[in-house]
Amino acid sequence: MNHKISFRPSRALFAAVALMLFTASSVQAELLIRVTEGADSAIPVSVVPFAENGSMPAGDKVSSIVQADLAMSGEFRPLAPEKMLSLPSARADVYFRDWRLLGQRYVLVGELTRNGDRVQARYELFDVNREERILGETAAAPASNMRSLAHHISDKVYEAITGVQGAFSTKLAYVTLEITNGKRRYRLQVSDIDGKRASVRLESKEPILSPAWSPDGTKLAYVSFETDKPVIFVHELSSGKRIKLADFPGLNSAPAWSPDGQSLLMTLSKDGNAEIYQMNVQSRKVTKLTNHWAIDTEAAWDSSGEGIFFTSDRSGGPQIYYMSKPGAEPRRITFGSRYNARPRPDSQGNYVYYVHQRERAFNIARTKLDNGEETVLTRTESDESPSVSPNGRMLIYATKSNGESVLTVISADGGAAYSLPASEGDVRDPAWGPIVR
Amino acid sequence: MKLSVHIKVLALLLSVGVFAGCSTTGENMDDGGYDSDVAAIDQDGGSTVYGGDDQGGISSSSMTEEQRMEAQQQAEQDALREITTFYFDFDTSEIKPEARDVLVAHARYLSSNPRQKVRLEGHGDERGSKEYNLALGERRANAVQRFLIVNGVSRGQMETVSYGEEKPAVMGSSESAWAQNRRVQLEFE
Repeated sequence: MNHKISFRPSRALFAAVALMLFTASSVQAELLIRVTEGADSAIPVSVVPFAENGSMPAGDKVSSIVQADLAMSGEFRPLAPEKMLSLPSARADVYFRDWRLLGQRYVLVGELTRNGDRVQARYELFDVNREERILGETAAAPASNMRSLAHHISDKVYEAITGVQGAFSTKLAYVTLEITNGKRRYRLQVSDIDGKRASVRLESKEPILSPAWSPDGTKLAYVSFETDKPVIFVHELSSGKRIKLADFPGLNSAPAWSPDGQSLLMTLSKDGNAEIYQMNVQSRKVTKLTNHWAIDTEAAWDSSGEGIFFTSDRSGGPQIYYMSKPGAEPRRITFGSRYNARPRPDSQGNYVYYVHQRERAFNIARTKLDNGEETVLTRTESDESPSVSPNGRMLIYATKSNGESVLTVISADGGAAYSLPASEGDVRDPAWGPIVR
Repeated sequence: MKLSVHIKVLALLLSVGVFAGCSTTGENMDDGGYDSDVAAIDQDGGSTVYGGDDQGGISSSSMTEEQRMEAQQQAEQDALREITTFYFDFDTSEIKPEARDVLVAHARYLSSNPRQKVRLEGHGDERGSKEYNLALGERRANAVQRFLIVNGVSRGQMETVSYGEEKPAVMGSSESAWAQNRRVQLEFE
């Protein structure tokens, strides 16, 4: 069981989760991880089990978590510890020739030291070919929070090797659905990106969908049908406090935060037809950004925070459009198929990802923004809800596997994958959280 | 297959209509209470369409042709109104031709019962994106609402809601499941 709640939830939430563990621990949907594919180009790296000074908390070892993180990214191929010729924990014991012999490009070594209720990690990363240390740091965390410590080290290693910020410390939000004796239970959950440390933030018998992270990672906006119609709520994660943000007649859906966190794009149909609006969170003032008889929905800000991608079926079927500024004349982006929807641009300004129909299958595709080149990234049947990691290197989406809904993570070029099935029931609607400083 | 069931219902109601004679509703037919005063009063009370002068126990032969037609039409309309789910093709919100007569029957009923409220629930299948399906479900519900308005129903009697792909009628990922999930349901309150 991985139900450790170590990031200070509200007391009420803690009580709710504790109660659930007590009364229904077998019902609690937990995400598993299944690494299904690795990229051929993956970099060989060795994460040597860390030396330990003093007693360490039970559970997964820090170095095992780092190794799993790197493997999960699809960009690395970690060497199994049993294949290592030695288990060094400091530079003096690293024999580069041995590691070269094993075909390794990088070696991570380190040691953990227990100091009261904290654990300190000292770790060093070596470039095997250049026989150079490229990273050497210490970090500490409460003994109850070894996963955060491990993800932090993974982020540092990833950045040292690729030059791109790591996203292993970020969070996922998603919705699970469990049906028992005909009763539906929707649960909005937050977990680490490997599915561990999941915690339920909202439970409802009516649908919950479209969770969207605020840019600072402190809040989620989402659509809840708890009043028997789609209404947008904003939910503060630390306190569990919720506000009903948009409850107009008709649709209140597809929330997307502005980069400054001051406003949300959303789809409202209060004037009779689904249009995109911008609402200021403080004043609740809404501005209409589209005006067309067609469906306009699924808006998202581009990386510059100036333009907006959205779905519209103004050409007959759903396609991706782009407004260079709110209210500007939309320009169509996708042409390769009769169905392209739910755009999610990366935060680097390189690509936009979306749901793409290919014959009978619905896949995730991306279009390169500078030249319009389209690539289909997935090969399963019913893929939807793409969400890009904040560093633009990974993508999570919902799909079906053997009749159950699962989440799958792939590298952004489609090369590698792991999936996150729920232990019970379905999991859908993933949203990748921001990097929080 | 669904249609054939309704043809049977229609036939049943027609036969009931003929034998019932003056009963406009056909509701109390199977209590067989001809020898019961209460039942007789009930039948009388229910026969307003045919005028209060009739003394009950009127045989079908005493109906005028006009009355008979009217009863038959009423029964037909009632049978049509048994159908409350309307299906749509993928990514469309066009009402299918075979749905029209049924919707007209609902429209007549609603416009002659202005206090009757109805909730139009729009749904989509699981394919494609959730939020687009939510908007599509709304457009389907709106299409039905517009049809009913054109046929005399007041807007105030109706409420629309879309559940998108969130509340499938049928679980599963087959053409048949998808076809049954792309729908608008009329929920009478």
